[in-house]
Amino acid sequence: MRRFILRRLGQTLLVLLVMSFVIYGLIGLMPGDPLDVMIASNPGASPEVVARLRVIYGLDQPLMLRYAHWLLAALQGDLGFSRTHSQPVLVVLAPALWTTCKLMLISFVVSVILALGLGIVSALRPGGWLDSLISLAAFAGISVPVFWLALMMILVFAVELHWLPASGRETVGDGSLLDVVRHLIMPVATLALANTGGFTRFVRASMIETLRMDHIRTARAKGNGEGRVVLIHALRNAMIPVLTVMALSFGTLFSGALLTETMFAQPGMGKMIYDAILSNDFNLALVGLLFATLITLLSNLAADLAYAWLDPRIKL
Amino acid sequence: MRPPFAVRLAAPIMALCLWSGPSHAGPPSGPHDQLTIGLSSFPSQFHPDSDPEAVKSYLEGFALRPVTAFDVGWHNTCLMCTTLPVLDTDDVRIEERPPGLPGMAITWHLRPDLKWGDGAPVTARDIAFTAMVGRDPKSGFANTRSWGKVESVEVIDDQTAVLHLDEVSSTYDQLDTLLPEHLEGQIYAKAGGPGEYLRQSLYNTAPTTPGLWNGPYLPIQIRDGNTVVLEPNPYWAGEPPHLKRIVLRAVENTAALLATLQAGDVDMTPGEGMGLSVDQALTLARTQPNRFDYVFKPALTYDHIDLQLDNPILSDVRMRRALLLAIDRKAMVDRMFDGKFVIADSWVSPLKPEHSDQVAHYAFDPQASRALLAEMGWKPGSDGICVNEEGQRLSIPFAVTAGNKMRELLQQVIQSEWKQVCVESVIHNELPRALFGETLKQRSFQGAVLYSWLFNVTGSPRQIMGSDQIPSEENNYSGTNYAGWRNDTIDQDIKVVETELDAQLRQTAWDEMQHIYAEELPALPLFFRVEVHAIPKWLHGLVPTGHNDYAVLWSEQWRGE
Repeated sequence: MRRFILRRLGQTLLVLLVMSFVIYGLIGLMPGDPLDVMIASNPGASPEVVARLRVIYGLDQPLMLRYAHWLLAALQGDLGFSRTHSQPVLVVLAPALWTTCKLMLISFVVSVILALGLGIVSALRPGGWLDSLISLAAFAGISVPVFWLALMMILVFAVELHWLPASGRETVGDGSLLDVVRHLIMPVATLALANTGGFTRFVRASMIETLRMDHIRTARAKGNGEGRVVLIHALRNAMIPVLTVMALSFGTLFSGALLTETMFAQPGMGKMIYDAILSNDFNLALVGLLFATLITLLSNLAADLAYAWLDPRIKL
Repeated sequence: MRPPFAVRLAAPIMALCLWSGPSHAGPPSGPHDQLTIGLSSFPSQFHPDSDPEAVKSYLEGFALRPVTAFDVGWHNTCLMCTTLPVLDTDDVRIEERPPGLPGMAITWHLRPDLKWGDGAPVTARDIAFTAMVGRDPKSGFANTRSWGKVESVEVIDDQTAVLHLDEVSSTYDQLDTLLPEHLEGQIYAKAGGPGEYLRQSLYNTAPTTPGLWNGPYLPIQIRDGNTVVLEPNPYWAGEPPHLKRIVLRAVENTAALLATLQAGDVDMTPGEGMGLSVDQALTLARTQPNRFDYVFKPALTYDHIDLQLDNPILSDVRMRRALLLAIDRKAMVDRMFDGKFVIADSWVSPLKPEHSDQVAHYAFDPQASRALLAEMGWKPGSDGICVNEEGQRLSIPFAVTAGNKMRELLQQVIQSEWKQVCVESVIHNELPRALFGETLKQRSFQGAVLYSWLFNVTGSPRQIMGSDQIPSEENNYSGTNYAGWRNDTIDQDIKVVETELDAQLRQTAWDEMQHIYAEELPALPLFFRVEVHAIPKWLHGLVPTGHNDYAVLWSEQWRGE
C-alpha cells in the first residue's frame, strides 16, 4: 500500500510538471498579452509607458525563458506574483480556494447522499412508477443548464418568496451560523442538483447489476433482512464503478463551478481561473489550473484507495 | 443499521465548511443608514495608480479624493486645494527648462484641514512623494495622467508645493489623487526591483489601513473578493457623511445582479458601466417604473465603427460616407434604446464644451448612399450585392466582440441596412482578447470593427487619431489609432490642444479636428451611450455626473430619508 501511494504521488508530481509546461505554453499562445487589457481601458497609456511596463512584467522576454524562471522559483517555493492583483499567487488563491472547497465539499456530500438514496430506491423496483419518476428527475437534473437553474432559484426563493438571500456569503453586520447557512443553500442546491442526476443514474445501474449477483441471492437465502442485503452486501460492491465517476467529477467541480460562483457572488477558483486566463495573468492561471489538476489526481488516488477498502480482494 | 459512510462523513465536513470568520461590522443604527450598492465587477487591486479600472475608481471615490475633479456641471473644481491655479497669476508661470524648451511652474495650495484616515495631515510632501513615484519608470504605474509630465516638485510649506512640468500643458490645473508619504514612503524606499513597490504597497497588502485614505469614508472590510464595507472617516474635515455604512457588493453576472436588485439584497446599481447592462436597465425601468428612481445620464462612451483604411475599398472617403448614410442610427436609438442614446457626428460628445455643431451630418439616406456607390463604379449584381467593372464584389468583413449581446444586435441591423444598398458585410466576430489583443493591435482586420471608447472630460485625441499612434513594429504596437488614419492638420491640432494655453486657439483646433473628422470619416460615428442609474427612492443627494469623475466623489452628501 505504501509503495503504491508513493508511486502514485511520484506520478502526480510528474504530471504536474508536464501540465505546468503545457498550460504555460498554451496561455502564451493565446492572442494578446497582459498589457492589452490595460491599454484597451486606458487610451491615455502612451507607448513609452506600455514599453516600460512590458519590461517590468518581463513580457519582453521569450515565453520559454519566462517559464524557466517561473519553474526555478516554484521549485524553491515561490509560485510567483499575480500581475493583476500585485500579490503573491498563493495569497490571491487562498480565499478562492476556501470558497470553492466549501461549496464543492458540501454540494458533493449532498449530491452523493441524494444519489445513493434515489439510486437505491430506483434500483429496487426497476421499471416501477417510482423508478420512472426518479429517472425523469435525474434526466431533468442532467439536462437543465446550471445558469438557468441558478437564476430560477434566485427568482423564486429570493425575489418572489424572500425566503433566502440572492447572493453573497453573509449579511454584513450579521455573519451568524444561520446567516451563513441561508446564504449557502441556493449555491449548494444548484451545484448538488446538477450532479445528483448523473450520480443517481450510475448508482441505479450499478445497483441493478449487483442485486442480480449470486452473493446477493446467497445473502438473502441466509435470512438477512432486505435492508442489510441492500445497504451492506449490494451497495458496497455497487460503489466501486460509481466511485470512479465521482472521483472524476470532483476535479471538474473544483474548477468548473464558474457559473454558480458568479451567479451567487461567491468568487472561487472557477471564477479566478477564468479571469486570470482572460487577463493573461500567467502565474495565477497556471497555479490555479495546477491546483485543479492536483485535486483531480488526488481524488483519483483516493478513489483507488477506496476500492481496496470496499473490496479487500483488490490489490494495490 | 449504520448509515452509509458518506452520510457519516457529512456532518463533520459540513460543520467545518460552514465555519467562517467573525463579521467585524455591527448593525447600522437606522433603517436608511446603510446603502448597499450592486456592482457588476470588482477591482483586482487597490493601488490608485496601478491598472486603470473603472470599478476601482468608483470604489476608491468614496475613500480617496483627487486634488481636483470635474463636478456635475463639468467644471474643474478643487476637492483638496484651496483654489485652482489660474493663468496670469503667480500660481502659473511659464519657465525655461535646461534644454531651452518651455515648461511650466504650477503652485498648488492644499486645504489646511486635510487629514489621512489615521489622523496624519495631508501635506505638500505627499504631492512630492506621489510625483516622485509617478515618474519613476520602475514603479509600474499605468496611470500617468497627472504625474508623467512633472519634472520636479518644490515643497514650500506644509500646504504649498510648486510642480515643475517638462512642457506647457493645457491641463495644468488638474491634479490626481495623492499617496500618503508617511506610510508608503518607507515601502517605496525599500522596494528594489522594477514593479516591487506595487507588490509591497499597503494598498495591495493591507488595503484597510486607515492612513491610506483621505475621503469621507474608510474601507473597514474587504472580503470574499466581492465585498467592500465603508464607514465614515473620523478625521474627515468636510461635510460629515450622512450614511453610516456603504456596502459595495459585486455580482458579476448582470442577470443575477438584476435579480439581486429585485430581491432587495442590494439597494441600487450605478450606471457608469458598472451596474446593469443598458437593455436590462431599460427593461427594469419599463416593468417596475415606481420601484426606483431611474436616472438616464448621457455619458462619454462613444460607439463607432473603425474601418481599415489600408483596404483600397475603404480608403475612398466616398465609400465611408456611403456606408454611414446607409445606417439608420435614429431608428436604432429609438427602437433599441428608447431614444435615450445620442447620435454622434464625431468622437466629441455634445456634452463637452469643445463640441462643435459646425460639422457634416449624415442622416439616413439610402438613395444618396447608392448614388455614391454608383459614382465609384459599384453596380448591383444578380444577387443584389454590388460589383465593380473588374468583377470585384463589394464585400467587407465586419467584427464585434463575440458575446456582447448589444453589439451583436447592432451588427445584425447594420449588416441588413448595408445589404439594402448592395454592400455585403461578412460577420467575423472574435472574443475580446483576440479582437483587442491581436486583430486590432496588429491591424490585421480587413474591414469594419464596431466597439467603443470611453473618453475623459478633457484630454487630447492623440491616442486614437495621432499619426504617431498607428500600431506598428516601430512603436511596439502600442498606439490605438487602429484605422491607420494620417492627417497632418489633425496632428498639428492635437499639439495645439495639448500645449496651447489660449482657450480660444484650443477651441479653434477642436473645431477644425471635428470638421475634418466628420468630412473624412476615419471611423463611422454611431452614438454616445446613456448610463442608467437605478437609485432607491429613499436616497437623496446622489447626482450622476456622466463622466469618469463619478458621483461618489461627493458621497458625503448622500442621505437616506
